[in-house]
Amino acid sequence: MEIRNKSLLKDFTSEIVTTSRKWYLLFGFFVIIWALGVYALVLQIDKGHVVTGMRDNVVWGVYIVNFIFFMGLSYAGALISGVLHLFKSPWRAPVIRFAELITVISLCVGPFFIFFCIGRLDRLPFLFAYPRIQSPITWDVIAICTDLIGCFIFLYLSLIEDFAILRDTKDISFKPWKRKLYEVLALGYQGTEKQYKLLSRAKNIMAAMIIAIAIIVYSVLAWIFGVTLQPGWHSTIFGPYFVIAAVFSGTGLLIILMQIFRKIYRLEKYITKKHFVNVGVLLLIIAAFYGYFTFSDYLTKWYGSVKMDKLLIDKLFEDYYFLFIFANYLGILIPIIIVGIPKFRNIRNIVIAAVIALLGLWINRYIIVVPTLETPFLPIQDYRPDFIKYSPTWVEWALTAAGVAVFGIFMMLVSKIAPLVSISEMKSTENNKITLTPEV
Amino acid sequence: MSDHDNKKSRRKFLKNVGAGLGALSLSGAGAIAGNKITEAPGGKVKVLTAEGKLVEVSRDALKDVKRVTNEKRETAREGLPNRKFIMVIDLAKCANARKCIDACQEGHMLPKTHEWIQLYSIQEAEHTAPYWMPRPCFHCDNPLCVSVCPVGATYKRDDGIVLVDSNRCIGCKFCMTGCPYSARSFHWKDPEAEVPEDHVYDPELNIPPVEGTVGKCVFCADKLRNNELPRCVSACPMGALYFGDMVEDAITNGQETLRFSRVMEEKHGYRYMEELGTHPSVYYLPPVDRLFDYDSGMEGLSEQDKKRYKKTGPRGKKK
Repeated sequence: MEIRNKSLLKDFTSEIVTTSRKWYLLFGFFVIIWALGVYALVLQIDKGHVVTGMRDNVVWGVYIVNFIFFMGLSYAGALISGVLHLFKSPWRAPVIRFAELITVISLCVGPFFIFFCIGRLDRLPFLFAYPRIQSPITWDVIAICTDLIGCFIFLYLSLIEDFAILRDTKDISFKPWKRKLYEVLALGYQGTEKQYKLLSRAKNIMAAMIIAIAIIVYSVLAWIFGVTLQPGWHSTIFGPYFVIAAVFSGTGLLIILMQIFRKIYRLEKYITKKHFVNVGVLLLIIAAFYGYFTFSDYLTKWYGSVKMDKLLIDKLFEDYYFLFIFANYLGILIPIIIVGIPKFRNIRNIVIAAVIALLGLWINRYIIVVPTLETPFLPIQDYRPDFIKYSPTWVEWALTAAGVAVFGIFMMLVSKIAPLVSISEMKSTENNKITLTPEV
Repeated sequence: MSDHDNKKSRRKFLKNVGAGLGALSLSGAGAIAGNKITEAPGGKVKVLTAEGKLVEVSRDALKDVKRVTNEKRETAREGLPNRKFIMVIDLAKCANARKCIDACQEGHMLPKTHEWIQLYSIQEAEHTAPYWMPRPCFHCDNPLCVSVCPVGATYKRDDGIVLVDSNRCIGCKFCMTGCPYSARSFHWKDPEAEVPEDHVYDPELNIPPVEGTVGKCVFCADKLRNNELPRCVSACPMGALYFGDMVEDAITNGQETLRFSRVMEEKHGYRYMEELGTHPSVYYLPPVDRLFDYDSGMEGLSEQDKKRYKKTGPRGKKK
């Protein structure tokens, strides 16, 4: 397979061929953070979970928050790339690969936070040895495994064409092992009409499937909370609410990563303001839905006067006042305002909006998980302050940071092997004579 | 799984993580019991069979066997036949003496921080009277903790008792968020219980407590098997706790034996938070005609326990 547009190829593969010093520095930085996380984990296994801030009552803390957060990022990636692919949005070409990568990488990172939360890591195989189908955790195990496989296949399908291009190109001199790798990974794809048809059909099927799987998986995750009787969790709205929140966070992360890689790999020519605005509008629409669900959930809890709901709302507005305001007002309204009003709509502001959205969503997850556990049906009558109020320890933060670092490490490693912008998608966009908007 | 895998295997696990060994291979390494063998001439040995027969076998036929340690874990899953255990707590008699807590902790080798039976000071509303409420596990007939357990570590038996198998529990704590009565507690660190060498693990007694697993009141299922009362019931100096069997329709606190149905009718027994639909096996008798003042429950408390009840009274903001 040859590609006519040489500059296209060159622009997207520069990071595969050369490795800058900055790359090593950043990579080293991530590795250090990851190592710190490993140390924290060893400490936690050795000394017990007492090194975390979790205690009876608040038995799930930052780990579970991170788990839902990362899983959210992943399913969002699935939804965005799946939907963009199915609807053949003409502007999707440069961003779709990012979305797919977010999906697979955060799907790999997320479950680790469950491992950190489990008291007996050595008994993890019991989940497969003695599974009970009644338990939502078993549903989750099945769903996440399915999702991981599905999203991986989807990512791989979309990479095959690129691998074939890289295998056949004569313009770039790869190291021999890399060329060998591309030869294997391309699976003998030659771009014949039959192959092309089969590949696009496979991609279409997988795109539709991962959308469905993503919705199921995130609903199951929400039901882990929804099926309990706990005030604030026992809510019928949680399934769709969590799905929307997931897409929201994924869109936010997509915008942030677009900006980062655009700067690092000088992709300004391909990822333009138009892309930011388009993804930004997606963020706006989802923010509106997400805000609506949040409002609906809290309004019904607040308006009636069920004792436990009222205790929870009181706690949110006293102990968690600023977090609540940031997550559920600013985190939703600021992205809507920035993207909604054309005057504010530039790349920098949209990225800021995305950062706020992402941060707000993490906090939103936190104030869903923790305050509920601090408000059990029977009052907490304990003499130990840490049993009454949860505060995360450095161990939990170190492992959180390690999760982010591992995300970065994966992303950086992938950028050394596969092009972060899909060459084949860009090529077909060019062939279809849809002009790429020049820099605005 | 072996029964001696609490602390040792955790350390081992840590060591082996680097070597990339799986947890399965570790847990498979069970304790091997050495059988006492009397040597006989001619390369033969005499051994005693399980039926008590003395037999002679050739030395080559001897093999070390794994000690059966799962026996009690399996019987503990079945429960006693034709029983439906219940507890009745007479709130009029409770004076927060906390003897039930001590007896429970001692009997189950629990650290002082773990209270399988807890004593709450409850005041429903501003103008209602406060009272003391002991809360064991309610051994619900529709237990959410059992439904949500992903590995079947916690289970409901035919006699109504809900138990936790500490050697199965993976410590996900889902049961703790599932239980609406905060009846479960987690071993956040090594409980450091000194267990006799030959002790065989039995979920009915649930000794030793295992780090990283969830524990809770077991209704002293081991005592019930020997026709004895649970430890907390025997320990209560006020006779506030009654234990019994719904099939026999009888309850006792060790001093008097009453007909369960009649007590329920005469004293208007109720179950805590009936509206949650968990169907507890623990019934309460309302705190009327009390034997003790509420305030007498505050006397003689340790500093620690005083701290517990500092902020009692009705929950929520006052209007």
